[in-house]
Amino acid sequence: MNAAGWMQMAVYVAVLLLLAKPLGAYMGAVYEGRATRAQRVAGGIERVLYRAAGVDPGRGMTWVEYALALLWFNLLGALAVYGMQRLQGMLPLNPQDFAGVSPDSAFNTAASFASNTNWQGYGGESTMSYLTQMAALGVQNFASAATGMAVLVALIRGLTRRQVDDIGNVWFDLVRSIVYILLPLSLLLAVALASQGVVQTFDRYTAVALIEPTTYDALAKDAAGAPVVDAQGKPATERVTVAEQVVPLGPAASQIAIKQLGTNGGGFFNVNSAHPFENPTPLSNFLELLAILLIPAGLCYTFGRMVGDMRQGRALLAAMTVVFVALASVTYWLEGAGNPSLAQAGIDAIATAVNPGGNMEGKEVRFGIAASTLWAVATTAASNGSVNAMHDSLVPLAGLVPMWLMQLGEVIFGGVGSGLYGMLVFAILAVFIAGLMVGRTPEYLGKKIGAFEIKMASVVILVPPFLVLGGTALAVMLEAGRAAVANPGGQGFAEILYAFSSAANNNGSAFGGLSANNEFYNTTLGVAMLFARYWLIVPVLALAGAFAAAKHVPASEGTLPTHTPLFVVVLLGTVLTVGALTFVPALALGPVVEHLLLHGTR
Amino acid sequence: MVSHFFPALRMLIALTVLTGLVYPLVTTGIARVAFPSASSGSLVERDGKVVASALLGQSFSSPRYFWSRPSATLPQPYNGAASSGSNLGARNPALAEAVAARVAALRTADPGNTAPVPVDLVTASASGLDPHVSVAAAQYQVARVARARGLSTSVVEALLATHTEGRTFGVLGEPRVNVVQLNLALDRAGP
Repeated sequence: MNAAGWMQMAVYVAVLLLLAKPLGAYMGAVYEGRATRAQRVAGGIERVLYRAAGVDPGRGMTWVEYALALLWFNLLGALAVYGMQRLQGMLPLNPQDFAGVSPDSAFNTAASFASNTNWQGYGGESTMSYLTQMAALGVQNFASAATGMAVLVALIRGLTRRQVDDIGNVWFDLVRSIVYILLPLSLLLAVALASQGVVQTFDRYTAVALIEPTTYDALAKDAAGAPVVDAQGKPATERVTVAEQVVPLGPAASQIAIKQLGTNGGGFFNVNSAHPFENPTPLSNFLELLAILLIPAGLCYTFGRMVGDMRQGRALLAAMTVVFVALASVTYWLEGAGNPSLAQAGIDAIATAVNPGGNMEGKEVRFGIAASTLWAVATTAASNGSVNAMHDSLVPLAGLVPMWLMQLGEVIFGGVGSGLYGMLVFAILAVFIAGLMVGRTPEYLGKKIGAFEIKMASVVILVPPFLVLGGTALAVMLEAGRAAVANPGGQGFAEILYAFSSAANNNGSAFGGLSANNEFYNTTLGVAMLFARYWLIVPVLALAGAFAAAKHVPASEGTLPTHTPLFVVVLLGTVLTVGALTFVPALALGPVVEHLLLHGTR
Repeated sequence: MVSHFFPALRMLIALTVLTGLVYPLVTTGIARVAFPSASSGSLVERDGKVVASALLGQSFSSPRYFWSRPSATLPQPYNGAASSGSNLGARNPALAEAVAARVAALRTADPGNTAPVPVDLVTASASGLDPHVSVAAAQYQVARVARARGLSTSVVEALLATHTEGRTFGVLGEPRVNVVQLNLALDRAGP
């Protein structure tokens, strides 16, 4: 820990909040059908898309119509991703001649990218053709982000409309999210990243002649390729020298820009944004980190603008920022203190002007501790899931923070759109609880919260924990689940709990030690991702429909104002209490027990 | 129910053309014209032969070179075809054993040096391809490299100083040394 590290965090939060306001105002204009200056440039593309799909963007939809169209769009998107992976061996733009992906892995990846989870069961540079990356995964990066934003906009419209059944047009919301927001920002970011050294080319992988050839021990194999055992029955090894290094290439910058902006997080390469070609410099790191939270933060202002009361948006943004800054600080402090099990090894882990210090296992020197921990917290606060350090190698309590942020339901910023609609559901629950305490009918933004609204909100809040805990329990009971674990003890349990927390909250980051690219995990995690996404989207749209149909109730003396610091506290109390009560027992078996053993056995 | 099927299909195809083909092609065009080297792997040539990417680390084991950070890629370290971290948990005994072995190897290569080893030099990077070490980790190796090459430490230190990068804008990231570029400069400097 040092002043430079704290400074980085302060600069990050300041720049984020500074940019969120103008972006939020712009996005509000986009969804209200204005943004006329942008329309002059992009209006043509927008109209071509409507014509190609044969839709009328001005036609209002009921919530059921809206949901059906959105589900078809997502289902077809997932099928396209599945098909392209299976057939990539026969398709163009496959310079490395990768074969088709296995059925279970292709299912997992299709579910993952359609649901905005972007869990990587595969290693990008050794599995996916350029065409699959661009035209399958890249397209879903845009489509799934736009899906989240569309659902949020529909919910906001529902809150602002009175006694109608029309919550807007889904094609209008999807197309405008992509053409006016995601695409221009991605193009800007992609070019900026390419200037820093992120690769963007269609050339095949190249190789360099190593400055000093590498000699290593490899498992010996006979002529038929079978492993050889020595006299003691152990696998024999042989000295092998390699004189070349493969340099993986591809259209990465365009992919990385949208995976950061759309809270997708699925990397072009196996190690995601820790890879020097995906995130080469501290500046590229800052831009990518900014892109994680930029749209989710901006949408809070969009919300305030669209409901006609900026204070409502600011209250939600304040609640998110408080939790984010607190947890980012704690994580930096924990990681900066280093790994006590290495204290006796004769190493220097004290941060100075020339030494990053701390726990550097699984981290890159150009980022150090501060930029790595800030990323770990941002990527799990948002449902982004990209990584620039290996979360499995965090000290136990520092690893608990990203896990818990996912378990809170991805509402601290959260996914683009999905984070804020999740937070709005918690806001509904918070006014309901507050209403019970004072004995008044709860209302939010002039809409009564009745039995139906609370049922829908409960579904949204309860489905992910059910999937996380149920999935983890299933995995630890089955041999197939336990065999995939890499680290012994509580850390192994934490790997499984992390995987299901990630999948069932559509995050996508991992404790990478878990070997999850097999039938059991590909299937169970894939199913968890689908339920977590679509069993939340449908009730949220039902809420939007119910609010749109309801009368407006003017605020009275008994109304709890939802823009005050008091409400921020009530809201955070609701989010943190639900999250803590649900997951503390499971967390105690993993990171907490690991922490106690790490510090207690010396 | 099915009335939304064809609009959804047609919209998906249109968006695939726009975001899956046009967008990456336009980005590639801009990147190729504006940043031809950076967008194609930042390759470094020596005597007409491509010997490195400035962004991908390489493994060094000779005392004549500065050593990179440990790499967890398989089967060999710094395998560019399969990036990977170790994913060892903080309390995994394998981590403590690996770190102890790396410290011992550094001590064997430079018996006179009893200073504590900077932590980044004995812990595996996230990517397995980290091209950098910390300034402290490079300074730790100066005496060994100078001795093996028959250079004075001041010459090596001067080279190290010219290859040290500070924090971007004085705030972002960590001060660091690109091992690949430093070693290429060492080879240029003489024996």
